Amino acid sequence: MSDTPVIAVEGLSKVYDGGFQALKEVDLAIRRGEIFALLGPNGAGKTTLISVICGLVNASAGHVSVDGYDNVRHFREARSRIGLVPQELTSEAFSTVWDTVSFSRGLFGKPRDPVHIEKVLKSLSLWDKRRNRLITLSGGMKRRVLIAKALAHEPEILFLDEPTAGVDVELRRDMWEVVRGLRDNGVTIILTTHYIEEAEEMADRIGVIRAGELVLVEEKHELMRKLGRKELTLHLREPLTTVPERLAHHDLRLADDGHALVYTYDGRHNGDDDQAGIADLLADLEEAGIHFKDLHTRQSSLEEIFVSLVREKA
Amino acid sequence: MNLQSVKTIYLAEMARSLRTVLQSVISPVISTSLYFVVFGAAIGTRISEVDGVSYGAFIVPGLIMLMLLTQSVSNASFGIFFPRFSGSIYEILSAPISYFEIVLGFVGAAATKSVILGLIVLATASLFVPFSIAHPGIMLLFLVLTALTFSLLGFIIGIWADGFEKLQLVPLLVITPLTFLGGTFYSIDMLPPFWQAVTLINPVVYLVSGFRWSFYGMGDVSIWASLAMIMLFLGICLVVVNVIFRSGYRLKP
Repeated sequence: MSDTPVIAVEGLSKVYDGGFQALKEVDLAIRRGEIFALLGPNGAGKTTLISVICGLVNASAGHVSVDGYDNVRHFREARSRIGLVPQELTSEAFSTVWDTVSFSRGLFGKPRDPVHIEKVLKSLSLWDKRRNRLITLSGGMKRRVLIAKALAHEPEILFLDEPTAGVDVELRRDMWEVVRGLRDNGVTIILTTHYIEEAEEMADRIGVIRAGELVLVEEKHELMRKLGRKELTLHLREPLTTVPERLAHHDLRLADDGHALVYTYDGRHNGDDDQAGIADLLADLEEAGIHFKDLHTRQSSLEEIFVSLVREKA
Repeated sequence: MNLQSVKTIYLAEMARSLRTVLQSVISPVISTSLYFVVFGAAIGTRISEVDGVSYGAFIVPGLIMLMLLTQSVSNASFGIFFPRFSGSIYEILSAPISYFEIVLGFVGAAATKSVILGLIVLATASLFVPFSIAHPGIMLLFLVLTALTFSLLGFIIGIWADGFEKLQLVPLLVITPLTFLGGTFYSIDMLPPFWQAVTLINPVVYLVSGFRWSFYGMGDVSIWASLAMIMLFLGICLVVVNVIFRSGYRLKP
């Protein structure tokens, strides 16, 4: 059961009326209960992909099934499992928080349940605002309302399309808390984001989409291990103008006006080769009479991986 | 059939007009009263009976129709246009409901409002002139069918419109002239023969005539022609709504 994907996207293409191809034969399987982050530059097709799955955009080719139900032929079963938080802050300006969230529940065919609505509002710190009209709320509060609306019908799958765009740090942290809580309750979460740190912190798996193509889907840790580069930076006592000849066989470059030597190595084989590489390097430095006062290592972040991926394929 | 969802849309739409009860209820009542003052009292006193009915009583069905058509169109068009405009329509389109259920919720609410308003105008009119209703059942049938048909038309306009101007355009340029030229304030017998013939291609003539028949047992055209016409419009609107949803026009790229 847990092996069957909760969402299966097969050969999905979308060509808009103007001829713009937003998706090119995308295949994607979302696992039950995971947090999946979809990364990609603006206009890459993230929102189109989500919109097709949720039934907001018609596919030009391909299929989507949600929990085994085709999202066109069995749209009721498919859609009732999904909650969608859109990117744009949209709302019925004049209704109250309580009314609009209750509306969402009813719209999805669920009977009234004030207890559940109360729980959702409290988890998003909206309880105090329940009688406020939406038009009186700040942008961050409206974002919370949209999440509450998406959760009102107790979906098994939650789509968050750029949930934290233009949201302050506190709200972002709250939101992550809510998302983790949902995941702990077995809700599958698919989020798109510009903030790579968000994907890095939250996601179990990461998909990168570029110009309508899914370039890569990978476990986050696997991705970072495979593509992550490590850097060792040595802060020198005496600045250098060039990398000395006898050190040339190491992958070295000068930084900080010659005050630092940066050694880049592959994080891939966590292992012996590189450590040997570092040991050799340090020995060679000693021999060359180059002294350093400090050193530190760092692993490249998902952001760097992402940028290099998108550039590489461009 | 997802009745819970239909009910939710229906009640939300009804609640929206409760929030704006002033413009929803009071303004049609006021404007109808004004028509009575101007046409019934000021002008009507100079016009003797029309087809054996006092002029004031004669215009009652026409006024209700006028109000019914404009309110149905504006209520229903705004009801669907506003979520499109604000973007909140995403939720309706991603909900597990069929197009038919969406239409039922929105159009049902708009038609209900119009029927209620029609009855309010009827009650207002009774304060100004004495009149009788010969066929109350047919009267209600016309009221409901007309409200439904023109709410569907309004729904179509609300989907077609891509700005507030267009939203106002059809009611202003089409509905109001057709109603005024549709025998609201006169019997088309009063027109010269040529214009009588022209008037017969105006659909509103059949509605007003049929509605007036239900009051006074007489109309410009036969009651059957009127019933056939309203059913025909209803059918056309249903077909158009169906085509809109099948093609995803203006809703689903």
